Amino acid sequence: MRLNELKAHELLPMIRRKEVSVEEVVAAILHRISAIDSKIRAYITVAGEEALKKAKEADARLAGGEPARPLEGLPVAIKDNICTQGLRTTAASRFLEGFTPFYDATVVERLKDKGAIIIGKTNLDEFAMGSSTENSAMFPTRNPWDLKRVPGGSSGGSAASVIAGEAVCALGSDTGGSIRQPASFCGIVGLKPSYGLVSRYGLIGYASSMDHIGPMTRDVRDCALILGAIAGYDSKDSQSYPGELPDYTECLVPDIKGMKVGVPKEYLDEGLSGTVRDAFMKALDKLEELGAKVVEVSMPSLKHSLAAYYVISSAEASSNLARFDGVRYGYRATGSDDSMTMMAMSRGEGFGPEVKRRIVLGTYVLSAENYDKYFGEALRVRSLVTRDFREVFEVCDCLVGPTSPTVAFEAGEKTRDPLEMYLSDVYTVPPNLAGIPGVSIPCGFDEEGMPIGLQIMARQYNEEALLRAAYAFEQATEFHKRNPEIEKYTKEPAGGEMSV
Amino acid sequence: MSITKEDVERMSILARLELSEDEQSLFAEQLSEISRIIDSLAEVDTEDMDEMIFPSELGNVFREDTVLPSADPEEALSNAPDREDRFFKVPRILEVD
Repeated sequence: MRLNELKAHELLPMIRRKEVSVEEVVAAILHRISAIDSKIRAYITVAGEEALKKAKEADARLAGGEPARPLEGLPVAIKDNICTQGLRTTAASRFLEGFTPFYDATVVERLKDKGAIIIGKTNLDEFAMGSSTENSAMFPTRNPWDLKRVPGGSSGGSAASVIAGEAVCALGSDTGGSIRQPASFCGIVGLKPSYGLVSRYGLIGYASSMDHIGPMTRDVRDCALILGAIAGYDSKDSQSYPGELPDYTECLVPDIKGMKVGVPKEYLDEGLSGTVRDAFMKALDKLEELGAKVVEVSMPSLKHSLAAYYVISSAEASSNLARFDGVRYGYRATGSDDSMTMMAMSRGEGFGPEVKRRIVLGTYVLSAENYDKYFGEALRVRSLVTRDFREVFEVCDCLVGPTSPTVAFEAGEKTRDPLEMYLSDVYTVPPNLAGIPGVSIPCGFDEEGMPIGLQIMARQYNEEALLRAAYAFEQATEFHKRNPEIEKYTKEPAGGEMSV
Repeated sequence: MSITKEDVERMSILARLELSEDEQSLFAEQLSEISRIIDSLAEVDTEDMDEMIFPSELGNVFREDTVLPSADPEEALSNAPDREDRFFKVPRILEVD
């Protein structure tokens, strides 16, 4: 057994019982990173020294008889668009290459307060704009199952770090699928919570009405554990949900008898690949076998979701990214002698092509002559999508569909054609428009051994139904137990060996 | 719709985003392609629909106007590209005759 391939819910009791020290756990993770991350490139920054220091402090406290906190000693990776105090946070942009926040995002503060240890900051598409982590200004991340392929995106570094054993759990962010699609491509569990359930304070904003932070983990129990640790009201986020929250680990009951599961037929369109369709059909059979009632539903507005999503997200991005002006933080171009030129040059030099393209598109759809035709119309379509979801959830407890139309594609395959890249998000954007929760869990592998994801969606703030269905499916299948053969990427031992 | 190089140039000025000639041409071509999906929005019947800004029912949220500590000036200036005393420093913003 390898320390760094354990789930959080297996590792934490071992730390609590002092069967393993926090230092050993953190050292095993750091060893794995130094052995393989030159191939995978999941991390932009590894906080090795600080993590070891925190580990030793935790061990000393435990040795002194202090009780273990809920996540004591848990090594987590944080997507590099989430602010970490004193630890460089780049959003994978040249613009923020030298940016070190002086405060923690609320989610980071909550993880640290519960005893988790930040291992480092993971790679992403610049400012979370992309679906393959190839838009990172630093370097692309590769898929641990096949280094020729992308890990998905934009939280590709977080997804890769978890399945490669370079972190036990990770946080990602999801504006149109950026947690769920890489989770699907890397064979892990990734959850986008309901809008406002998890505070966005300290997340570098992209499209604020659709930005979410959520857990990326090896299984559903870890997902529930991390969600519980980061969710809940935060006065620093104006759209934070003020209601009471359940203990998410208590909804992990492997029983979905009588649960009504809807399949939107729009999710089975011509864009869906054969292998993903086959795996999805088998997943439906499995859900029926477990006692769920599977019904076909129709949501005609779904086919306009992607268009509405790109209009709204680009519009919000063009507004959000106005803050990067070269004045208060980040990159400043040299060679201009007035402020206006300095700002335009700094932005032109500091942003990558995808970011610039979206700023231009966003400015275009917000300009006076286009506002109603594009932005206003997209917001009305958003109402329609939300109404369709609401109606379907009057009859169904949850909805299921494939997470992405294909398995992970090859690096370079879609970089020349932005439209082609956008289509890989077609199944994940509707929940972001409507603010409902969605989770991707492993539901199969293709003939080349690449993972396939099942997306489950539920009513707003009904993460319980989502987790219950996900847990029941996972407990009845073996897909989450498979690991990529990391050893083939390194001549050295890949670390973390121990006998338990 | 078709987005021209002149459109892109105009947007880049509005967005204070310097783009090279090559970028302007490339974006015009790519955005015209992308607009094919965006134009499909016009086909949707949204007659009775409101514009939905946020996917939550909280609406505007008010709070008490309580005095709380804000960022320490040294911390706030710690990432500044240029500074002088306790100020961010920028190139000139006014024309001087």
